[in-house]
Amino acid sequence: MSEPHQTPDSSDIPIMRRVYPYGVRHTPEMIADLSRRAYEYRAQVLRMVYGRGSGHIGGAFSAAEILTALCFHHLRIDPANPLWEDRDRLVFSKGHGCAMLYTVLAHRGFFPVEELPSFRALNSRLQGHPEPGKTPGVEVAAGPLGHGVAIGAGMALGARLAESRRRIYVIVGDGELNAGLIWESLLVGSKFGLNHLKVIIDYNGVQQTGSTARVLPTEPIVAKLETFHWHVIEIHGHNMAEVLDALDRADEIHGRPVAIVARTTKGKGVSFMEDSPYWHGGIPTPQQFEAALAELEQGARQWAA
Amino acid sequence: MGSMIREPFGAPFLMRKAYGEALVELGRARQDVVVLSADVSNSDFSFMFEAAFPERFFNVGIAEPALVDVAVGLANSGFVPIANTFAFLFATRAVEMVRTHLCFGGANVKLAGAYAGLSDSFDGPTHHSITDLAILRSLPGMTVVVPADPLAVRRLLPQVAAFPGPVFFRLCRNEAPQIFTEQYAPEIGKGIVLSEGGDVTVIACGVLVARSLLAAQELRALGVAARVVEMHTIKPLDAALVEKCARETRAVVTVEEHSVIGGLGGAVAECLAGACPTPLERVGVNDTFAESGPYPELLDKYGMSVGDIVAAVRRVLGRKAAQR
Repeated sequence: MSEPHQTPDSSDIPIMRRVYPYGVRHTPEMIADLSRRAYEYRAQVLRMVYGRGSGHIGGAFSAAEILTALCFHHLRIDPANPLWEDRDRLVFSKGHGCAMLYTVLAHRGFFPVEELPSFRALNSRLQGHPEPGKTPGVEVAAGPLGHGVAIGAGMALGARLAESRRRIYVIVGDGELNAGLIWESLLVGSKFGLNHLKVIIDYNGVQQTGSTARVLPTEPIVAKLETFHWHVIEIHGHNMAEVLDALDRADEIHGRPVAIVARTTKGKGVSFMEDSPYWHGGIPTPQQFEAALAELEQGARQWAA
Repeated sequence: MGSMIREPFGAPFLMRKAYGEALVELGRARQDVVVLSADVSNSDFSFMFEAAFPERFFNVGIAEPALVDVAVGLANSGFVPIANTFAFLFATRAVEMVRTHLCFGGANVKLAGAYAGLSDSFDGPTHHSITDLAILRSLPGMTVVVPADPLAVRRLLPQVAAFPGPVFFRLCRNEAPQIFTEQYAPEIGKGIVLSEGGDVTVIACGVLVARSLLAAQELRALGVAARVVEMHTIKPLDAALVEKCARETRAVVTVEEHSVIGGLGGAVAECLAGACPTPLERVGVNDTFAESGPYPELLDKYGMSVGDIVAAVRRVLGRKAAQR
């Protein structure tokens, strides 16, 4: 497919952009709204990848609630001033899932939502994998896997040196745990007691050619992280209330870095995509696109007021 | 020779000590400079910075990928990180991090590559670094700087720190003769004509600049006027100066402590092939791994003696004469 499909209906964009500032109580209405929007953002990602005939759906879908909770509530960021010195840092290490990152950043106001269909097109700011300096809100390059924890550790050292309140959030996929650099970085994080550093593992259990349990087993991941002297919080990564609470609890940990093991589902929200390595980089047929869109719309409706 | 060169050369001085001292000086001048190490700080003398500014020094252990990526995070936080380990490790084990985050991502990280060339001579070929210039020079956005003597280290390090974007600062482990006077005022990106001559241009970098100057003296006794150019910045190459020298002398020899493939000689060859085809001979390691041994003798055995430079000049002059 060479031509992008239609830009999505923009009538509901103001609602999709609502921010719940850091510190407000997690009301049932807020949780329902953010949960619904995670599905709407999935639908946007589906349109982008289908429209371009290129991209990664599965790992974008598994991170929907995590990114929504961070960007629309937990992070202290300012789209009008993306390089504000004391902003919280978001390091999206699993770069292949960037269609979701772009979708959330656009709705948060970092760049126009109308640009999203240009994903992976020539002359677009929305590159195949994140490129800092090109896309507002993107902090670091990602794509080659396993880098995020080390970069986050450097940011956490920087926050400490600058005596800043800024917090560092790193989203890694469980497939990235294959990389030796991750384990070097976990050692670095504990050596320096980096309490500014919060690593969220989008543990969807599937990587490019199969289950992580089969490709290179990483379990028991909680025990491993605890042995590395990280504080570990394990949650259901598609339960918005649990995600929001875990982010708050992570703020209460001092003297140690925090790992949030978010149990997620690759391809979450579309029955035939869930838990399938095919949908790491698979592109839907027109029939699959329609079916997937219908399921995601149904998923959003279950949270409608 | 101009007043920029000491005659005779000053006493040999430990290059890594010059680096350590320059690093402390930089740390005093700039509060935003932080130093990272992969646990070789007593080798590369970054321990001197640690002693002076412990709160701005981070040893991440023998973890070179983490070394570079942690530096990336500090750069994102507004600091100017100088990452330190052996040159070959930046160009091999950590090169993916260098490519992705420094060169593509634009992270303002400086790499101080210690023990470059054959200077870690006794440790042998596993520790020699003879392909780092070729590898790092090929990366878009990278700047590559090679100081030639202790004063050059002191003069260039503050410029490296102030230069926007990633820089690889290639350092020698050992003692090197002090060749420059206080007149020496290098500027990143600009080659320096150290001695005039119209028959041939010798373009050199690093501690072999001293041997190139000695070779020029021998050549003068033979009636050959060799112009010596110090090319401390390998990238971006001072192409205007290379072309000017090629046009004026119509014969060029490059001298470097690196493989003849892809380093200074490669850069000059690319420049000349495109702009001003000129007979060129490249002095360096001839596409082989070396061996353990004492440093000066190792340089001699692997083709970088004063006599090798003289011989290369005679070869290139023969080719120049054949073109007439």
